[in-house]
Amino acid sequence: MSLQCHHDRGTPARTSTQHVTLSIDGVPVTVPAGTSVMHAAAEAGIDIPKLCATEQLESFGSCRLCVVQVKNRRGYPASCTTLVEEGMEVTTENDALFRLRRGVMELYISDHPLDCLTCSANGNCELQDQAGRVGLREVRYADGQNHLQETTDTSNPYFAYDPSKCIVCSRCVRACSDIQGTYALTTTERGFDSRIAAAGGEDFMSSECVSCGACVAACPTAALMEKSVIEMGQPQRSVTTTCAYCGVGCSLNAEMQGEKVIRMVPDLNGGANHGHACVKGRFAWGYATHADRITTPMIRSSIREPWREVSWEEAIAHTASELRRLQEKYGAESIGSITSSRCSNEETYLVQKLTRAAFGVNNVDTCARVCHSPTGYGLKQTLGESAGTQDFDSVMQADVIMVIGANPTDGHPVFGSRMKQRLRQGAKLIVADPRAIDLVDTPHVRATHHLKLLPGTNVALINALAHVVVTEGLVDEDFVVDRCEAEAFNKWRTFIADPRHSPEATASVTGVPADEVRAAARLYATGGNAAIYYGLGVTEHSQGSTMVMGIANLAMATGNIGRPGVGVNPLRGQNNVQGSCDMGSFPHELPGYRHVSDVATRELFESVWGVPLSDEPGLRIPNMFDAAIAGSFKGLYVQGEDIAQSDPNTGHVTHALESLECLVVQDLFLNETAKFAHVFLPGASFLEKDGTFTNAERRISRIRKVMRPLATYADWEVTQMLSNALGYPMHYSHPSEIMDEIARLTPTFHDVSYAKLDRLGSVQWPCNAEHPDGTPTMHVTEFVRGKGRFMLTEYVATEERVNRRFPLLLTTGRILSQYNVGAQTRRTANNVWHPEDILELHPVDAEDRGIRDGDWVGVQSRAGETVLRARISERMQPGVVYTTFHWPGSGANVVTTENSDWATNCPEYKVTAVQLSRVEQPSTWQKQFAQFSEEQMKLLKQEPAGAPV
Amino acid sequence: MNIEHLIHMANQIGAYFEAEPDRAVASAGVADHLARFWEKRMRQSLYAYLDSAQDSTLAPLVSEALTRHRERILGKRQ
Ligand code: SF4
Ligand code: SF4
Ligand code: SF4
Ligand code: FES
Repeated sequence: MSLQCHHDRGTPARTSTQHVTLSIDGVPVTVPAGTSVMHAAAEAGIDIPKLCATEQLESFGSCRLCVVQVKNRRGYPASCTTLVEEGMEVTTENDALFRLRRGVMELYISDHPLDCLTCSANGNCELQDQAGRVGLREVRYADGQNHLQETTDTSNPYFAYDPSKCIVCSRCVRACSDIQGTYALTTTERGFDSRIAAAGGEDFMSSECVSCGACVAACPTAALMEKSVIEMGQPQRSVTTTCAYCGVGCSLNAEMQGEKVIRMVPDLNGGANHGHACVKGRFAWGYATHADRITTPMIRSSIREPWREVSWEEAIAHTASELRRLQEKYGAESIGSITSSRCSNEETYLVQKLTRAAFGVNNVDTCARVCHSPTGYGLKQTLGESAGTQDFDSVMQADVIMVIGANPTDGHPVFGSRMKQRLRQGAKLIVADPRAIDLVDTPHVRATHHLKLLPGTNVALINALAHVVVTEGLVDEDFVVDRCEAEAFNKWRTFIADPRHSPEATASVTGVPADEVRAAARLYATGGNAAIYYGLGVTEHSQGSTMVMGIANLAMATGNIGRPGVGVNPLRGQNNVQGSCDMGSFPHELPGYRHVSDVATRELFESVWGVPLSDEPGLRIPNMFDAAIAGSFKGLYVQGEDIAQSDPNTGHVTHALESLECLVVQDLFLNETAKFAHVFLPGASFLEKDGTFTNAERRISRIRKVMRPLATYADWEVTQMLSNALGYPMHYSHPSEIMDEIARLTPTFHDVSYAKLDRLGSVQWPCNAEHPDGTPTMHVTEFVRGKGRFMLTEYVATEERVNRRFPLLLTTGRILSQYNVGAQTRRTANNVWHPEDILELHPVDAEDRGIRDGDWVGVQSRAGETVLRARISERMQPGVVYTTFHWPGSGANVVTTENSDWATNCPEYKVTAVQLSRVEQPSTWQKQFAQFSEEQMKLLKQEPAGAPV
Repeated sequence: MNIEHLIHMANQIGAYFEAEPDRAVASAGVADHLARFWEKRMRQSLYAYLDSAQDSTLAPLVSEALTRHRERILGKRQ
């Protein structure tokens, strides 16, 4: 149970257009057909006692506390499982019902420890509430058979299961199956012996459980309880905020005691998550107050020197004078900034404003460069807007779901659960992925087609799918004529109909059998509402942008754009990837995706910012590295990113960082990048500041400050101080004023304000005069660019090819419990699930090289070498190996190359030719890394020579 | 800046626009892409190479675009 004031009506609301009128305790009520009597009563203000029912779950009817009487009907039906009927007359309270309920409750309590005063749920327990509600005053069978001695399962790091407090209401079992879709819990035995058990394991930790916490939220007693509540007691206040992890952007309630977070619970009103969360957002927030946090600014003149702690004033003045010195010595263009998708919209807006207005250059980029920049490019070219077309709820109206290069159950878990709900209802699934991701075959979900393509051949595959659509007469001609540019379409139709794009011709390239491709294309084109969801397996390729355009072509050709249930949906990695791009973090675009060469846009910004702006595109992150190595780029301000770990070809990145004269890192921790820095400005966690994040469905949600910044200032305040020190004044007193400026300058944000967000909870841009409450579905009557534009998408093989020296393809990805570079999750108990990055390989490849499960394996590529532990897995196809990059010491990016997307320079993380061999020790890079890290940690603690005592 | 890397990137852009059957449109596409997305140092380095290299490894379409659209790519775009 959470603190959230939510009137639980006991069973889910129904949406039928038919309505039924009945009377409950003499009160007439009209509700949609299919509604339960319990829900109808609650609508009329009558709360019937209940234990096993909750509005989040379909009713089950096991506790019988909710009995009622219905006129002209025998017995006492359970109101949670009885549906309303026209003219029904229901009585919810009379002597018989009172006695029945009291009897039920007496039985429950007779097998329940009477330690209410010391129980962790004390003050927030439904059993306690309902015992009071039914007027229980005595328990007659206290000495009977009971379960009071059963031991608590504490195996999960975040919650405990105390079976002695379990009333076997099965809310947890249903939450796990219906909401989360994991089916990790079962009810064993029947009657008195009936117990809850983790399926497929001795305890929670060894079961299939993915620690989403849905069962804990659903439990009406203290049987399933957060360990933080057991340790610290019930929270006393609740503040609604937004998860700081993935692009789903779950709305969470931070439940607090003073400034201490007691637990995070998913917000039932959350537009993106509707009351669900995953192990990261729900439990892995402890990093925010981890002892590794650095809370005092530090400077040093070289990276071989110890850090010196200084005041904020000194740190800011030093940074400003260094940046100006570099500009004077090496030219204005010698400095730049990197914004973060982990920071708020207001913060990224401010960093790009600082760069353009105070530095006077457009050298600003963001980590989206290395993940979804091809989405920005590809969707802008075809549809006219650099964003996904739908809201998440749209998936519930999809009949065919195509997942390309994404792994939603790990990368976007709450959306993954929702997608699984729809698949269990019967929607068909097509997965295009080199790996058998969980969705391919998971409880009650099985992909109709798994197109197991070779890494790097996406475009050949999407072309083959489109070829089938065009040559088999499956084009939605009306849609295309009505909505798309005729000339571009005709050119594309001729192009794609060429036999070189046929499934038969491309099978040798993609490795996918032609008949499988044909069947998948037919299903996508004719199976009803068809929606495409894609991830970094699409974008992080040398043809990432081409692939995004290929996806948009396919959706337009089949008319699958512009209504609920369809669309092109990029699943964004980090929480604010969409937002950081919207806010003008790219070097060629001002906020709202308007090119810096656009005179009218520039004049608008110049008039508000009061300075002339450059019309030249600036350096992108990889270009910054090249320019640094070449000697023309000398100073970099990095807010909240860890480029030394996340960017490809680590050797090249660190060479670039070492070439800088002034690297300023603003972060929570001394991350890998900060080890090369000259200035460290302490950052603030999402709990310490106000702001907004924009998720993958363009949903803008508030983050709210629940504690004071540990280092005194929120990140936006630090950027503002730096700007003022540089002589470009900024005077915001609250992030809401920054949002007001964004709204003034950005047409798609015109009507966004904190007041509106507080009122609506969240809003999806475009939010303006035309769409004052936001836009769940885009391109409804016309495309943002007017007519949709088909683009030619020739398949060009990547240059990263296998050969005798490097015969395997390495692809990289993410897992559920860790997040990106791991700076946050590695500082939580999530490490129990993923203590190291491992290399997955197929048994055949393992056998060829004499590699056994658990062996140390050297991974060599053209860029470098690292050593990882092997896991032999049938998920892989022969010739393809896989790893994650959550731990810096694994050096996954030591082997990835700088090969990148032709249009955006997004790195080709998904394809690296490698060779494997069994080894006994870490790679040379790993040894050097360990030594360098150790040195840097020493420099952190060491007092500089001659420092004032 | 590392010219090999720039040539490689430029040739990738060229490879994308090769699909366009109208050569003039393709070459304008390459030029427009360079002008809109490449920072000045990168464009200038590419021209320095084009103007001095004996055996250019630039793809023909890229060379053509650079030659035909010098002003668009290098010039002030006000
Ligand atoms: S653990 Fe909680 S939710 Fe699950 S059956 Fe027991 S009381 Fe109900
Ligand atoms: S935490 Fe989530 S996955 Fe684990 S048992 Fe509970 S509902 Fe199921
Ligand atoms: S990590 Fe993603 S899915 Fe998990 S709680 Fe946070 S936003 Fe939701
Ligand atoms: S609440 Fe209806 S049977 Fe339990």
